[in-house]
Amino acid sequence: MLRFPRGLITALLLPGVVSAAGEGGEAIVFVADSRSLSGVAAWFTNLYNESPFYFTLLTVFIVPTMGLILGKLTGSVMARSGIDLKSRVLAEH
Amino acid sequence: MDWLFMLMPIAGVQVFWPGLIILGLGVGIIGGFFGMGGGWMVTPGLNILGFPMAFAIGTDITHMAGNSLISTMRHSKFGNVDYRLGLTMVIGTVCGFETGAQMIMWLERIGKVDMAVRCGYLGLLTLIAWLIFTDVAKKRRKDREARAAGKTLDALSTGIEWHKTLHKIKIPPVIHFKRAGIRCSAWLPIGVSFVTGWLAGVLGIGGGLVRMPALIYLLGCPTHVTVGTDLFEVVISALYGSASYTYKGRTELVAAMIMLVGASVGAQIGAVATKYVKGYGIRIFFGVAVVGCALSIIFKLIAAAHPGVRILFNNAATLLILGLVAAMSLYIFIRFIKGAREELAMRRRI
Repeated sequence: MLRFPRGLITALLLPGVVSAAGEGGEAIVFVADSRSLSGVAAWFTNLYNESPFYFTLLTVFIVPTMGLILGKLTGSVMARSGIDLKSRVLAEH
Repeated sequence: MDWLFMLMPIAGVQVFWPGLIILGLGVGIIGGFFGMGGGWMVTPGLNILGFPMAFAIGTDITHMAGNSLISTMRHSKFGNVDYRLGLTMVIGTVCGFETGAQMIMWLERIGKVDMAVRCGYLGLLTLIAWLIFTDVAKKRRKDREARAAGKTLDALSTGIEWHKTLHKIKIPPVIHFKRAGIRCSAWLPIGVSFVTGWLAGVLGIGGGLVRMPALIYLLGCPTHVTVGTDLFEVVISALYGSASYTYKGRTELVAAMIMLVGASVGAQIGAVATKYVKGYGIRIFFGVAVVGCALSIIFKLIAAAHPGVRILFNNAATLLILGLVAAMSLYIFIRFIKGAREELAMRRRI
């Protein structure tokens, strides 16, 4: 059974009444607890809490950049294996 | 052993971080091999590691954006990515996805979303599995007939050939998609991608699971080019999905970054393994994955309908998916090792 650790996530529930004819309720907002964190982790968590927009920009920048760097690194290791990485036979059977 | 657990700053949970790397590795291998992001595999995995469900989907989509970028880079070197086809399909995918997402909100308002989505997903998976195995059976029949007549079939011939009929539609503009080797009206890939995007939006999936058979059977794209082009599309749709979920506060970026470390290795293995497997080998394997996914949905439906066996069937569904991921990753890895050994041995002989 999944259990949420106490005191680490504070959920602010905005009340919403859902009826068949009405619109959906408000989304749940999560607030991360940065009190026990320091340094980069605290900065990170505070950015998440204070500015979803800038946190999104950071995410959309970091993930593809990290993908590119890791892709190049692992690609160069694969290239050293001696396998031909530039051609393949296109055949269904 | 405390060093094996790491605090996720946003979700606020201690997670076994090597598990994230192993999950990323498995999904990277499967994604690089099949051309899909693997969302249906990651969510139960993250749940098992102690991740709150609220963050599982957003974290998964975010890691998928990086994972599929790595796979696309590798497939591109093989000539498996048709960028023109991928970019043409993005238009339809985004419009279809938004239409599907709006429909989900309507279903939520009338209180019918869970059952509708699960049943729709099950119906779709059944259709895809039927399509793949019918295609394999037809192909084998064609092989037998050709052998009996003393002929050999073209290496790119297939069983189901619906794409030949659809290619006859010549509404302008007609475009030649060079890498895929197809010439058709641009409205065909846009229309197909609109439908697959709509399905993805309604079912809450990345779309690779649906786009892969659509590219093969409706557009007539060779399997290897389908894998690469699909991954290219996943990069774009996953980045969009990542931005959307992150803005809603549903992404644990640290976990996504850790998973990417494993995925970067897995993606290389999965992509290179496609060199050593023929198109129909990839299709059959994909069909097995679809059947496994359908079975897990059936378990979840039983769990929802019968509270007495809910825990048993929910656990069975999770175990099935994780077992499938482990078995498929291992099989692909073994094919990669065998193929690489044979290739290197052949090169030494030359």
